[in-house]
Amino acid sequence: MASAKRKPRLAVWKFASCDGCQLTLLDCEDALVAVADAVEIAYFREATQSEVSGYYDLSLVDGSITTARDAERILDVRKRSRTLATIGACATAGGIQALRNFANVREYAAVVYARPDYIRTLATSTAIAHHVRVDYELRGCPIDKRQLLEVISAFLAGRRPVTPPHSVCIECKRKGNVCVMVAHGTPCLGPVTHTGCYALCPSYDRGCYGCYGPKETPNTPSLSRWFARLGVDNRNLQRVYRTFNANADEFREESERHGA
Amino acid sequence: MSPTDSTQHAVVTPEGLQALFEALKRRNYRVIGPILRDGAIIFDDIASVGDLPKGWTDEQDGGHYRLHRRDDGALFGYAVGPHSWKKFLLPATQRLWSAERTEHGVAITPEPRPSERFAFIGVRACDLNAIAIQDRVLIGGAQADLRYQSRRQGAFIVALNCGVAGGTCFCASMHTGPKASGGYDLVLTELVDDGEHRFVVGVGSEGGGTVLAELPHRSAASEEVAAAEAVVAHTLANMGRAMYSDDVHDLLLRNLDHPRWDEVAARCLTCGNCTLVCPTCFCTTVEESSDLDGSRTARSQRWDSCFTMDFSYIHGGSVRATARSRYRQWMTHKLATWWDQFGTTGCVGCGRCITWCPVGIDITEEVAAIRGSEPS
Ligand code: SF4
Ligand code: SF4
Ligand code: SF4
Repeated sequence: MASAKRKPRLAVWKFASCDGCQLTLLDCEDALVAVADAVEIAYFREATQSEVSGYYDLSLVDGSITTARDAERILDVRKRSRTLATIGACATAGGIQALRNFANVREYAAVVYARPDYIRTLATSTAIAHHVRVDYELRGCPIDKRQLLEVISAFLAGRRPVTPPHSVCIECKRKGNVCVMVAHGTPCLGPVTHTGCYALCPSYDRGCYGCYGPKETPNTPSLSRWFARLGVDNRNLQRVYRTFNANADEFREESERHGA
Repeated sequence: MSPTDSTQHAVVTPEGLQALFEALKRRNYRVIGPILRDGAIIFDDIASVGDLPKGWTDEQDGGHYRLHRRDDGALFGYAVGPHSWKKFLLPATQRLWSAERTEHGVAITPEPRPSERFAFIGVRACDLNAIAIQDRVLIGGAQADLRYQSRRQGAFIVALNCGVAGGTCFCASMHTGPKASGGYDLVLTELVDDGEHRFVVGVGSEGGGTVLAELPHRSAASEEVAAAEAVVAHTLANMGRAMYSDDVHDLLLRNLDHPRWDEVAARCLTCGNCTLVCPTCFCTTVEESSDLDGSRTARSQRWDSCFTMDFSYIHGGSVRATARSRYRQWMTHKLATWWDQFGTTGCVGCGRCITWCPVGIDITEEVAAIRGSEPS
């Protein structure tokens, strides 16, 4: 008989973020017990007081890089991680805080903080993949817990996770939703957005806001031309691409084609 | 009339239609038909005639669909919506089998064969042709899709001769409508213009005749049969779109390097909507799932689309990486290579891909652009 295998060590790391994505793991409820059975949760500040030590088989990284200190820390995390998966729009694209990339961060700090001179921050917010090699990206703002469990299950089984990079529209059509853009004239980012949310907003009669960032081969210029026909003005054409995934390449480039 | 007499026509009222639904339910059919939901006419379960979109019609154009009131009480006064019958015959997601690790090894459990029997109400000529095309593809060859076969063979089809052509319809060009020419159990033509609201009913199968015999009905007068013919003629004369299709196979295949493919690629979002609304598109993929402790796994089949990168992914990359290659693959398959592969058209002219394309790309316009560029 083979002896019981060592459980894979899991770490959850936090960088600049609202913590929502790592809380998704705690939100897995019953499944969390199964996760705790399947892996050793070796580092997870939201759940335990464990300390950083040694190596981790799977690191889930939440948040973006916004300080020089974090830019150093992510290098250490990478060294300690056999597999590194980024979770959520902050980690995969820079998050909503990447709006600073289009503005002057000193001006922002002056408005927000009483003593802006205490603030040490970079001029940009960038994705983890901008700094280190990332093995896997899980999109979303926040991530979907079913997808998170899928990534962990696939990691444990040694298979590729089923998190396809195609459009939200495909999910919408599989669900039988009536298209809000065609039938109601509501601008919807679904045709250029990565699926994963199970077409949440269109299922509730709203256009997609692009929380999962650009899909594979997104044709944003064509969609923008159609949005303009639906009455979206140039300023709003810029703004629709500047939300949680403002710094994802294709959304950033498209937003830069429009403006006031 | 005798139950199988297909030359005679009967007349039923909306009450007779209600009796039809009840007769089908007594036979344990799940009755599916058009209903209004979320600003469109879609297909779902119907309990009674009251569920039908009475007095509604639709306005359709490239990337555009809106409902409007009609000035009469027609029950079928609109064209096809975003759903097609493949939603039921070839569902978007279905589990194929699951497996569990036990003390004795791995136990595989195939999903049971579907036992549901559908009665479809208001199947238009284009969609009857689409069902026949999917039959050819999915159960007409050496390897039958047994799940599709179970659903298909159990289905009862109440066809509808269209009283309205939608803004994107072009069945006349594809020789698939608007008159139902077979593949149904019963066929209805709705008469709303004068006098009593009624349906001229034709019988297409023995089962259809048996059901009709149970409904309150009378024989159709010759004027009523003529009125039904006039309804179809009027629809035929009012097609929203046209596409000369007789030579389209050769036209497209000799223009595989046409600059128009680049032009349409600049607009195409590769979103896949066109393929998923198309009633003939049949592509699926399979996905595995496994649980955290590695004791259970399952395989499911899902609708797929030739517009994704994964669709043509083979070792090292996607064969069709550009929008140009994906749109061209889709359109040439529908209109040209489908003939070579299956001996029929892959397009029945239902217009769904035009209406539900988020940016209004129009297959008839693309054909016309390529045709127009050739010296005549
Ligand atoms: S509602 Fe949005 S995501 Fe859904 S099909 Fe329409 S455009 Fe695509
Ligand atoms: S290609 Fe378009 S018009 Fe032709 S059958 Fe499919 S959805 Fe209908
Ligand atoms: S033709 Fe229209 S519906 Fe089809 S993939 Fe392109 S944009 Fe989407």
